[in-house]
Amino acid sequence: MKLIFEKHKEGRRGFTQAKPDVPETKGLDGKYMRKSAPRLASVSELDVIRHYSGLSRLNYSVDTNFYPLGSCTMKYNPKFTERIASLEGFTDVHPLLPQLSGGGMLAQGSLEVLYEAERLLSEITGMSAFTMQPLAGAHGELTGAMLIAAYHKANGARRKYVIVPDSSHGTNPASAAIAGYEVIVIKTGPDGYMDLEEYKKKLNKDVAAVMLTCPDTLGLFNPRIKEIADMAHGVGALMYYDGANLNAMLGKCRPGDIGFDVIHINLHKTFATPHGGGGPGSGPVGVGEKLIEFLPISRVIRRSDGTFALDYHCHKTIGYIAPFYGNFGVILKAYAYMLCLGREGLVEAAEAAVLGANYCRARLKAYYDLPFDKICMHECVFSASRQAKHGVHAIDIAKYLIDKGFHPPTVYFPMIVKEALMIEPTETESKETLDEFIEVMIEIARLAEENPSLVTQAPIHMPVKRLDETKAAREPNLRFR
Amino acid sequence: MNIPKDLFYTKDHEWARLEGKKAYVGITDYAQGALGDITFAGLPKNGDAVKQSDLCATVESVKAASDVYAPLSGRVVSLNEKLAAHPELVNKSPYEEGYFFVMDVSDESEKTKLMDAASYGKYLEGIAK
Repeated sequence: MKLIFEKHKEGRRGFTQAKPDVPETKGLDGKYMRKSAPRLASVSELDVIRHYSGLSRLNYSVDTNFYPLGSCTMKYNPKFTERIASLEGFTDVHPLLPQLSGGGMLAQGSLEVLYEAERLLSEITGMSAFTMQPLAGAHGELTGAMLIAAYHKANGARRKYVIVPDSSHGTNPASAAIAGYEVIVIKTGPDGYMDLEEYKKKLNKDVAAVMLTCPDTLGLFNPRIKEIADMAHGVGALMYYDGANLNAMLGKCRPGDIGFDVIHINLHKTFATPHGGGGPGSGPVGVGEKLIEFLPISRVIRRSDGTFALDYHCHKTIGYIAPFYGNFGVILKAYAYMLCLGREGLVEAAEAAVLGANYCRARLKAYYDLPFDKICMHECVFSASRQAKHGVHAIDIAKYLIDKGFHPPTVYFPMIVKEALMIEPTETESKETLDEFIEVMIEIARLAEENPSLVTQAPIHMPVKRLDETKAAREPNLRFR
Repeated sequence: MNIPKDLFYTKDHEWARLEGKKAYVGITDYAQGALGDITFAGLPKNGDAVKQSDLCATVESVKAASDVYAPLSGRVVSLNEKLAAHPELVNKSPYEEGYFFVMDVSDESEKTKLMDAASYGKYLEGIAK
């Protein structure tokens, strides 16, 4: 497909500016005026429509096909949440309104959504309070790390370390480091869980927090998680919960009850809001009782007369972490999702997600190595090591799946599994869809032994064939001409 | 798998070749194979003091970004400048042209904490299981 710039034809126009019906002003000072016209393509309206319609047909999304990246990237976004987020009562509210004198009364609905979303997330996770402000999961992590630092500082201790397991998301050590901590990495034991002996050895009174994903990135729920939390608390460290895999826990188990003190949630993961190209992120951070006073401002409060307002008077707060009140539209969609599914629906979502992952695990384990062969949560992690011996690597399997109309699963993560293939179907996929996917995976396992080049050459049915990813990374060419 | 006899190895798949007080440092054949096509090698600064087992460089491939740890303590005295334009040398020649840097070794006795070729070979077999 040609770029829009390649369709440029001098003088062609899709739009003509109407003559002004008000007197012309002198315009801007010359120094602000550009010397030459911007280098945009000159094309007709129909050129533009055909160009972007063509591009949209090449688009692959969860709305068109199966997407085993799962909640890790983005679940299916139910359409009713979009309709609710488009209601004029929400879209027409100016974000500054609650800060104007008397303006708060004109934004009661929006403030109530923030307040109630916070209450629902607290109930789901067993935390005492949430800030809805962080603009993405990683932003939430940093906010959480700052809350941890504020807590220790208030208690007169400047602790030095944050413990993370080697299976953690890369953002965990990064957030801890940005917040000024040194990171201690604990290896995964042969059973797939964080090595408890090494953890005991590394844990001491200089450890500020232990950051864990639960269930972990192998899709396993650590049965000794409570013990880990108790040991951390024993030396005065806090427990941080990376909410990336909360999907499996909804209504089953609450991080707050296990002993986690700080948690971030990725609303696009668990609560089905759009993300990536589809919309901005949102990473609310929840805390236990002892950390509430450090939460960022503003806080939404409910006054004694039942109205809602913003509170900026929190003298121990870590301050502002984002303008306004977070990505309100995303929070609103997550709120609508929680209300629509209800308590029973959220539990069913978790159950269906876990069932789907275990179905894939059970049907594929005869064909692919399963490094940690036990009941998984919402995702299962295979290794393509057996196929790699025939020259078919995880990346080749990913490319072949594209040819067959499936988005590849996450590959090469977690990094502790060689040739990792992390499959997360989520709760919305039917058995029929999973079966189609599984059949192709079985076909790939067979081809790897019989005719590997059919897999290693894929994709061959796509608009672009196998791309040279190495060349693209070594010699990036990022502009047109 | 190429595991030259005259080198010392770490569990994190770095190698060191001692030449008098100096040591050449790089990542092993196994490491480059596991990482796949290397797209970038982030080297330390010339003159940096490094401690054994401390983070001293990074390496990125199409698949992943990884840390490189110093096999020995000492001071970085020269860098393999070629890697900036030709990171693929790490894949093609991990033990020769694809070395990362040269260091002045401050404590040669630290090499007792490293593996020789035979034990590194055994260690790799253990990983493969």
